[in-house]
Amino acid sequence: MKVRILYFAALREQLGTPGEEIEVPAGVATVAALRSHLRGRGGAWRLAFADGKLIRMAVNQDMAQSSAAIKAGDEVAFFPPVTGG
Amino acid sequence: MKVSVQSADFDAGAEMRALSRDPRVGAVASFIGVVREVGMTLEHYPGMTEKALARIVEEARGRWQVMECTVIHRFGHLQPGDQIVLAAVASAHRGDAFAACEFIMDYLKTQAPFWKKEAAGWVEAKAADDEAAERWK
Repeated sequence: MKVRILYFAALREQLGTPGEEIEVPAGVATVAALRSHLRGRGGAWRLAFADGKLIRMAVNQDMAQSSAAIKAGDEVAFFPPVTGG
Repeated sequence: MKVSVQSADFDAGAEMRALSRDPRVGAVASFIGVVREVGMTLEHYPGMTEKALARIVEEARGRWQVMECTVIHRFGHLQPGDQIVLAAVASAHRGDAFAACEFIMDYLKTQAPFWKKEAAGWVEAKAADDEAAERWK
């Protein structure tokens, strides 16, 4: 299935891209699984998505826990803890 | 209820006067966030930002008597002294207006997708902000 992924702030800079559309391998059904799939790309991806790194996630523009399910056509965003206000 | 995410500055006085038009309004409480010491660039997540702010306002309306409410948050490049954010709440009495306004700011700090970048780098999120939001649970 295809999902749209967005990266913001420090994560966007680290990865050198604001986002992408990817074909998710079978078995990747949650945000946590997608995160480890991305980490598996190695290099900047391994560092940006390292275990223990504080990353917030959103699915279809709502804050999501890492256990949240993802489905075809979803917009999944990864970003550092927010610092507005 | 008004939520706006914009690069332009805002007129806080005009926004607050607009909140007290309803004759039942007896209190308008507000908070203005201002850029301190060094300039910054504010990035946000278009679409989600507006949705998150609207949700925070709805949550406040469920907890307190809120008659009108305005939340404006800027993005882009800002200089020291520039206004960043306005949260203003109109209610019949001050207790609800103060509480709802503080709640909106505490939730905005942890739930609304904005990120500040200064010349020295990205601003780190503060644990104190998480704690401030936690106390409303």
